Amino acid sequence: MNDYVVEAKSVEKKLGRGAGEVHALRGIDLSLRRGELTLLMGPSGSGKTTLLLVLGCMLTPNSGSVTICGTPTADADKEALARIRREHIGFVFQSYHLFPTLTATQNVQLALDIRGEHGRRAAEKSREALAMVGLEQKVDSLPGGLSGGEQQRVAIARALVANPSVVLADEPTGALDGKNGQSIMRILAETAHERERAVLVVTHDPRVVPYADRIVEIEDGLIVQEPTDRPRMPTAVPFRA
Amino acid sequence: MSLVLTLASRNLFHDRLRFVATMVGIVFSVVLVMIQMGLFLGFGRMVTTMIDNASADLWILPKGAKCFEDPSLLDVKLRDRVATMEGVSWAAPLVIGFSDWRLESGEVTPVFIVSADLRDGSLQPFNVVDGNVPALTQGANVAVDRSYFERLGVSGVGSTAEIRGRKVRVVAVTDGIRSFATTPYVFVDLKNARNYTGTPRDRASSVLVRLKDDADREKALSAIRAEVGDAEVLTSDDFRSRSRSFWLFGTGAGAALFAGALLGVIVGTVIVAQTLYSSTKDHLNEFATLRAMGSSNAYIYTVIIYQALINAVIGFAIAAGIGSIVVQMTAKSALPIVITPWLMAALFALTVVMCVASGIGAIIRVVRIDPATVFMR
Repeated sequence: MNDYVVEAKSVEKKLGRGAGEVHALRGIDLSLRRGELTLLMGPSGSGKTTLLLVLGCMLTPNSGSVTICGTPTADADKEALARIRREHIGFVFQSYHLFPTLTATQNVQLALDIRGEHGRRAAEKSREALAMVGLEQKVDSLPGGLSGGEQQRVAIARALVANPSVVLADEPTGALDGKNGQSIMRILAETAHERERAVLVVTHDPRVVPYADRIVEIEDGLIVQEPTDRPRMPTAVPFRA
Repeated sequence: MSLVLTLASRNLFHDRLRFVATMVGIVFSVVLVMIQMGLFLGFGRMVTTMIDNASADLWILPKGAKCFEDPSLLDVKLRDRVATMEGVSWAAPLVIGFSDWRLESGEVTPVFIVSADLRDGSLQPFNVVDGNVPALTQGANVAVDRSYFERLGVSGVGSTAEIRGRKVRVVAVTDGIRSFATTPYVFVDLKNARNYTGTPRDRASSVLVRLKDDADREKALSAIRAEVGDAEVLTSDDFRSRSRSFWLFGTGAGAALFAGALLGVIVGTVIVAQTLYSSTKDHLNEFATLRAMGSSNAYIYTVIIYQALINAVIGFAIAAGIGSIVVQMTAKSALPIVITPWLMAALFALTVVMCVASGIGAIIRVVRIDPATVFMR
């Protein structure tokens, strides 16, 4: 069985047009495996976010190929790309992007609702996902009543509730203090290791390095340091707050 | 409640000021359309009230007569020829026309004389609330509607006045027989009607025909048409349609009412479209997040359409409440607003269509959302 759930080969991506055109990705080869937390690091403007968008099926490459769980994204239209995201990818955003008028449970349930899972069972699964990230006491709270760390945990529960094969996280600790950041990274590491998901974390934060199984460094649209296997940080410690 | 409906309702109710503005727009629009169409229906009923209550099967009219109040005359001998034809139960001449009513105070006001025929099924005072209709055949007696008491300077049965210098006495009072032209109808017997309107004895405004129950209606109609020559023979339904068509469209009154209704629809659509678009714009980040999570466009359209439907249902409920108050307030007026269950159903459908159509602008905006924007914020 192929453990690679995301495979990018010779990916090139240009952004903008004419004089403003930027060659954001210049032939990227990157694969993400189940059970592995990969850090994507690099300076601002290096192409990290563009690569995340390409791997997350929000941008299509100008050349090269991206395959998600065996499904090529080339030639897929917007709806087909949305379907790939819906079926295989969970996203964690730096700014959480929770719906302010919905409770924590409803925010998580949205990820099931867009997949056609409705009703009591979906609500139950959403509460279980929140309990998994230590928020069983906050299921009925609105995002405005939660701390930044709690909001990010709701966002992670939302990303995980539908059991995606891959989790893409964009600066998930960027808006959090050290303690909350560590807590979030522990959850993501356990997601990779215990739940056998491929997790890619785009980050500037050196404090998260110990949680990585691999670190990929990107600069000027090129991977400058090939992924190397690193010893895993133990995640047996429960990550409940 | 489904999550889409929850999301749609929270999006709407989150900004209460905008929601109130939307409701004002919808309610204004629906009430305006409701009143215009209610007036249209009320007008339509009022202009055919005499035809509706005559219950004659056929009307023989001067050629080209446009409505019940048409002043043209025809030869009254037609009545004798038609009355003896096969399938005809009876035929009766009708005389109508304007006349002058002098109050006891000396003031003069125009009235519209209608000759009453007391035979079953012919035209006679209806909705009688006081007095004695058969007494119309005796002397110079009249029946008037109580809504015109003040105008006519009478207070009920026994009151007197003058028509064209002849003293008349009120012997019957009706309720709700109003003229859209505001000229009071006055029922009198045929002979007096001729005197009051100046109609010669050999002329009549129309001839009402009642067919026998077992008559072959088509055959009788064809035979009567052949018999009356230049005069026209219309069924009650045809005459009703012709009268409505003349008053509502020939005069431009109906067009004005429809124009008002159309204006209401346009105003409502623009207001709802504007507020829905603005609401969608405020929630673009959330819609982009949904899109980034992999939601289909159809899911997002559903949220917007649910918002439109919630607007429609609440807005219509408020408008319907206001409409029912308006109906009650105008029930006794010169031109009552009529709102039928069908009109209500049609207005609800119109409100839904208006609100959903208003969502198109928002949907077009959402289609252009780039889910990647959630990574930039």
